[in-house]
Amino acid sequence: MAYIWTLLLGISLFCGLLRGDGDLGRAAMEGAGRAVELALGLTGPLVLWSGFGSLLARSGLQGGLAQLLAPLLGRLYPTARRDARTMEAISANVTANLLGLGSAATPFGVAAVRRMGELAGQERATHEMCRFIVMNTASLQLLPSTVAALRSSLGSAAPFDILPAVWLSSALSVAVGLSAAWALGRLFP
Amino acid sequence: MTAPLIPALFFLVSALALGRRVDVYAALCDGGREGLALVGRILPGLVLLLTAVELLRASGALEALTRLLSPAAARLGIPPETLPLLLVRPLSGSAALAVGADLMAVHGPDSPVGRTAAIMLGSTETTFYTVSVYFSAAGIRKSRYAVPAALAADLTGFAAAALFARIL
Repeated sequence: MAYIWTLLLGISLFCGLLRGDGDLGRAAMEGAGRAVELALGLTGPLVLWSGFGSLLARSGLQGGLAQLLAPLLGRLYPTARRDARTMEAISANVTANLLGLGSAATPFGVAAVRRMGELAGQERATHEMCRFIVMNTASLQLLPSTVAALRSSLGSAAPFDILPAVWLSSALSVAVGLSAAWALGRLFP
Repeated sequence: MTAPLIPALFFLVSALALGRRVDVYAALCDGGREGLALVGRILPGLVLLLTAVELLRASGALEALTRLLSPAAARLGIPPETLPLLLVRPLSGSAALAVGADLMAVHGPDSPVGRTAAIMLGSTETTFYTVSVYFSAAGIRKSRYAVPAALAADLTGFAAAALFARIL
């Protein structure tokens, strides 16, 4: 990030000097001010959604979803299925992602990959590890709460009308990611 | 159609949790506190990155970049305005949030560009961050094909987001 930040400043300075107009100093202060406005607008919806997320976890709904998904996940991870601890971490990660609890999903995901690494006993990623990571980077989300919070804070008329489009795009990208992982796994065993 | 969906979801989950003797109100408050902490965590990064975005726009660099990459974007059916979002999305979550928020604020959250940006944010992830966090935690040195496969998924997500923003 340090490089990216410095690079962005350098590019702006270069282009600004090249053009010779535009008040860069004022623009910088404006950007900083806008960030705080954005964060303030985002706070309410984000607090509400995080609260809802913890309610989902405590009410046992997340666990119910995990049970529902167990057969599918067992098929995707035949080696991991033999170890209860790995499977628990994987399903906690997937359900937290599905419910839009991104920050809760990461610790479970890390635990799952670490356990898979222990069992594999090598420094080379296994097929199932790659599959699991691709599934995480492709983003499975039923409730994209941060984006919806962002839209409502900016005055959208219907912050959640993007849901069907988000579901379809996510599903498509997960499908392509898993197929690509499968094909690349065959090409480079 | 989606208007009563969220309050209904809140009600159903609350009623169900109440039936299972969960302290609904305490759960909501505890989770909300985590949300508040999250805002505090992302704020400094958001300030820096929105400052950078504003500088890039004022200097004309954003415009030049968009012009440079728009032929490639047009082939995928992606609105050229969303290109900066595509570039930062795999690298940094708060940068993507800053650029996405900027697009929605400038073009309007319900405009085609604003909607496309929102769908892109919702259907992709911070790929490089995720790969590095997960693999370094597990002590994996050879990530093999995880990155190319994940980037294929990202590109699909972006193109699909642009497509579904148009037709849905």
